[in-house]
Amino acid sequence: MLVEPIVEMRNVAKTYDSGVEALREITLALPRGELSTFLGPSGCGKTTLLKIIAGLISPSDGEVWVKGNKVSGPGPERAFVFQDFALLPWASVLRNVAFGLELRGVPKDKREEIARKYITEVGLSSFESRYPHQLSGGMKQRVGLARALAIDADIVLMDEPFSSVDEQTRRKFQEELLDLLKINQKTVIFVTHSIEEAAYLSDQIVLLSQRPGSVSRIIRPNIERGASADEIRRDKGYLDAVDEIWKILRDYV
Amino acid sequence: MIFYGKKIPLFFSLLIWFILWELIGQAEYSIIIPPVSRVILAGFTILPTDKFAAAASISLRSFALGMALAIVIGLPLGILMARVENLGKVLGLWVNIFISAPISALVPILMSVIGIGESTVVVTVFLFAVFVIILDTQVGIKQADKSLVEMALSFGARRGQIYTKVLLLSALPEILAGLRLGAIRGVKGVVIGQLLIAILGVGELFEFYSRNFLMEEFWAVVIVVFLFAFAISEVISFFERRVEYYASAR
Repeated sequence: MLVEPIVEMRNVAKTYDSGVEALREITLALPRGELSTFLGPSGCGKTTLLKIIAGLISPSDGEVWVKGNKVSGPGPERAFVFQDFALLPWASVLRNVAFGLELRGVPKDKREEIARKYITEVGLSSFESRYPHQLSGGMKQRVGLARALAIDADIVLMDEPFSSVDEQTRRKFQEELLDLLKINQKTVIFVTHSIEEAAYLSDQIVLLSQRPGSVSRIIRPNIERGASADEIRRDKGYLDAVDEIWKILRDYV
Repeated sequence: MIFYGKKIPLFFSLLIWFILWELIGQAEYSIIIPPVSRVILAGFTILPTDKFAAAASISLRSFALGMALAIVIGLPLGILMARVENLGKVLGLWVNIFISAPISALVPILMSVIGIGESTVVVTVFLFAVFVIILDTQVGIKQADKSLVEMALSFGARRGQIYTKVLLLSALPEILAGLRLGAIRGVKGVVIGQLLIAILGVGELFEFYSRNFLMEEFWAVVIVVFLFAFAISEVISFFERRVEYYASAR
């Protein structure tokens, strides 16, 4: 591995109280500053794995280490972007984005100033005082992303963030996401069920097997990142990665 | 209200009833239905009297105390019942029994236990109001979006913050509905409690006027009590409408 790992999982397993075994023997290192994706058939436990890293679910066995500390719950170095957005319906965009800072007790002026900066970054500067129900799915997820960026965590965990967003918005969003993460130098852990999305976005793709999920393969697409979005989608490295993933996943479907 | 394609204020519905009432009253069918105009006049003569002021203040006090108790106990209990599953199941059964039980039938028993006085009325108001407050709070907290709680946790929310910044606000529409229904039932509680005790507040007035066939005064007090209940319900409705937009957006 080229870079030091920021997240390490050692023999992580999860069996739910109901007896369902979701994850088995996951040992994995995720490099700092890279975008890693968990990809696998539905029900393979990829969201569970992400929530274990987030500290929202505790593993039934094994350990997760983040920045050299053992995870026992959520922490300020990790921010989560939710599949269903999880925006407070009674709060404006501004307050939603500032919510993480509000929970930490940052004074109102200060946190709103920070929130405004990230609202501008995700391109919602004229929507500050709107409420979530007045926004489209794509805009809601921008709010969710701004909220995660606002607490300035090193690691952004994203749980199928684009699954409730239409295809056009999704593509545009993916491109912007890459730019944003480059500017903010984040480590991103991303869950998706879209092969193209994984291949397009990722430095490293972790393929998970069917339930109980275990690491079946790790792929590092050989893509020239400097190229434009359209060039990447025709890039040989990109197309090879898509092919390779599909060959493995086909057996699970 | 839409009538033949024209928008008519709801107020007109009342007006029609009042006209009908006046006609029946003027026709002198029955001693218990005096014309509404005379009822209103009686109202204006009663309202400034010391007797009414005394009755109103003691009724208001019983109502306020009973409601305060119902809220102070009902809200936390509803929250607990939603958060602690076993407690919710055990107490839920009782809440559902009491919410449909004829509480009025308990008032005579309360009298024999607590005594014939204001505290019995307070307890009656409490019993009338508390169960619907518990139930609605429980439903509201239970229906609160699980992923909002998860979101708050992931951003490092402490236990207390989960309640103050997520759960309570999320349940606000249901809690307000519970308070409104509780307040309306609480007004009934005051009147029924005082009627059965018959020596207190508006209950005493009702008892006195009806026993002496002073129907104009009797109806005047009925209208005053009705207006009071209506006003409280409208005040809470106002807040409900303010939070409605997010209740529907959840």
